[in-house]
Amino acid sequence: MPERPALPAPTDSDPRSLLPAIEPDRRVTDWGRSELVEGLFDATIYEFLYHYWFRVEVEGIENVPATGGALLVSNHAGALPPDAPMIAKAVKEEHSRPRPVHLTVEHFFKGYPGLAMLINKLGGVPAHPANVHRLLCDEQQLVLVFPEGRKGTEKLYKDRYRLRRFGRGGFVEAAMRARVPIVPIAVVGAEEAMPTFAQVGLLRRLTGLIYFPITPLFPHLGPILGSAYLPAKFRIRFMDPIPTDQWGERPWDDKGLVQTVAEDVRARIQDELIDLVAHRRSVWFG
Amino acid sequence: MSRILITGVSTYWGGRLAQALEREPGVEAIIGVSPDDPSCPLERTEFVRVGLHHALLRRIVDAAEIDTVIDTRLVVDSLTAPPRVAHEANAIGTMNILAACGGRGSPVRKVVFKSSAHYYGCERDDPAFFTEAMRRPHPPRTRLESDILEAEKAVDGFAERNPDVTVSVLRFCNALGPDLRTSHIELFAMPAIPCILGFDPRYQFIHEDDLVNVLRFAVEHDLPGVYNAAGDGVLALSEVASLLGRPLAPILPPWGTSLGAAALKPLGVRVPEEVRNQLRYGRGIDNRKLKGAGYTFAYTSRETVLKHAEAQRVRRLRDGAAEPYRYEREVEEFLRWSPSVRRKGTV
Repeated sequence: MPERPALPAPTDSDPRSLLPAIEPDRRVTDWGRSELVEGLFDATIYEFLYHYWFRVEVEGIENVPATGGALLVSNHAGALPPDAPMIAKAVKEEHSRPRPVHLTVEHFFKGYPGLAMLINKLGGVPAHPANVHRLLCDEQQLVLVFPEGRKGTEKLYKDRYRLRRFGRGGFVEAAMRARVPIVPIAVVGAEEAMPTFAQVGLLRRLTGLIYFPITPLFPHLGPILGSAYLPAKFRIRFMDPIPTDQWGERPWDDKGLVQTVAEDVRARIQDELIDLVAHRRSVWFG
Repeated sequence: MSRILITGVSTYWGGRLAQALEREPGVEAIIGVSPDDPSCPLERTEFVRVGLHHALLRRIVDAAEIDTVIDTRLVVDSLTAPPRVAHEANAIGTMNILAACGGRGSPVRKVVFKSSAHYYGCERDDPAFFTEAMRRPHPPRTRLESDILEAEKAVDGFAERNPDVTVSVLRFCNALGPDLRTSHIELFAMPAIPCILGFDPRYQFIHEDDLVNVLRFAVEHDLPGVYNAAGDGVLALSEVASLLGRPLAPILPPWGTSLGAAALKPLGVRVPEEVRNQLRYGRGIDNRKLKGAGYTFAYTSRETVLKHAEAQRVRRLRDGAAEPYRYEREVEEFLRWSPSVRRKGTV
C-alpha cells in the first residue's frame, strides 16, 4: 500500500483567539443584538424611565469591573421586570468605562412570536449554561443573571423583597468555570413599579404566556397601557465582587461549595434589600 | 500518493471536490461513484454508476485499493430528494458505504463523512452556539433529521470498530453559492423572502468554495472526530435580507405554520419542515475546533451572503451564456482510454 503523507493537524490553540473577528460594517452582533434597536430603546424609553420615571439612584458602581468578564447577580421582580434594563442602563450611564450588559432570559422568549425578535435585539440571551460560559469566559463580557428566574417575577405583591430559591446554583458554577467574579446587586423599586396581585392560570394557558398577572393596570387597560409602570423610586446597590478563583482547581465539582456560595450570595442580597427598604421613607420618593 | 473514492459525484460538492483533487499531483487515482451522472466535467476521475444503496461498493474499494473514502452523498435538504429516497440514501446507503470501508484487510485508512448541522436540529432551548460535543436537547422532529442522526450514529460505530481508520465527520451549516440548489437558496431567490411572523432567526452560512476546501482539508490532514464547518459570524435573517437587497415577507403564521406552508405550496413556495424550524428558532454552530485545527475560512457568513447576492444579480446573464454540462459516457471513455487521444504531460 502506498504511503500517504499525512500532515498532523496543528494542536488546538486558545479558543479566545479563534473567536470571529468583528466586522465593522455590521450593526448586529452574533448574538442577534442590534445596535440600532437597542440605541432606539436606550434613547427613548430607557432614558425616560431611568432619569424621570424611576429616578434611579446607584451605589457602588465601581464594583463592576472595568475589564474582563463578570457575573452580575440580582433580585428580580415585576410582572414585566424593569430591573434588567435599569441595571444595564446604570452600567452604561454611571460607570467610568461603560460596557454592554448581556441579560439572560428564559428560553420561553425565543419561542414566542414578536418577543423572540425583540428580546435578543435588546441584548437578551437565552439562559443556557453554554451561552453564559461563552460570554463570560471567551468573550469577557458582563452577564446579568436572575437566579430566582420566573419564581421572582411571578411572585405576588405580598411577598415583595423576599427572595425566592436561587435555582440550583448554576450561576455560581458558571462563574467558577469562567473564573470571573460574581457581583451581587440589590434593586429596590421594581416590586412596586408593577406589583402583581394575582395570577390567572386559565388565561395563562389560553395566551401561551409564562404567566398571566393581575396588576394595577393589567389586563383591564389592555396590553399597551397595561404594561406601563408605576413611578416607584429605584435604588440599585452594587456590592463587593466575590472572586471565584479562590477555591483552587475545579471548585465546581464540589457541589456543596457551589450551594454554599449560592446561599451566601442570596443572603447578601437579602440583607442589603432589608437595609435599603428600612432606610426608604417613601415608595415613590425614596 | 493516495487513491481516493468519492461518493455522490453527481452532487454539486462531490463534483467540485473531484475537480479540485484532480489537480493534486499526490492523488494517484480518483474514482467517483453515484447513482446519477456527474454534474460537472471531470478529467481523470473515473465514474462508476452504482445503485442508490451502494451495495457493491466493497468490490470497487478492494479492486482499486482505495485508501481514502470521501462520502459527500448524504441528503441534507428535502428539496433534493423525495423523503423515501432520502431515507434509503441516508440510512441504508451510509450503512453499505461503511461496510465497504471496514473489515479485516480493508485498504481504507481514512473516511471523510459530509454531514449537516441539521444534526443539532433547531429548538427553543438550544444553546446559541453548538459545539461538537453537544447533543440536541430533544429527539429529532423531522424524518430528515432522524436519518442524519442515524447515519452519524453508524459512522460513530464504524470509527469505534476500526480504530486504525481516521474518521472525520464534518457538519456543515447552510451553504450558499450560485450553482447550489437548496431550499434556502430557493427562498432567497424570491422577490420577497418568506419568513415566520414575529421571528428573526440567526443564520450562519458557508461559501461553496469553503465547503469544498474544508473537505479537501480533511483529506490532506488527519482530523479524527467531528468538526463543525460554518463561516465566521452569525447573521439575523433581517440582515441577510438587507444584504440580498430583498424585503422580508412574514407570510407564515407563528401558529399553524405547517398549515401556512401547505397553503403556499401551490404557489411554488416550498418550505419543508426542517426549514420551518430554522426560520423559527435559527441556529448557530461553533467553528473554533476546525479553525484550531488550522483551517482558515475564506469567507465569513456575511461575505458569503454578499457573494451570493452578486451571483444572484448576474444569474440571468450567466444562464444563457454557457450550455450546462451533460455527461456522455462514450465521449468520456473515449477521452480517457483511446490511444488516439494526445495527452499533455504525464497525467
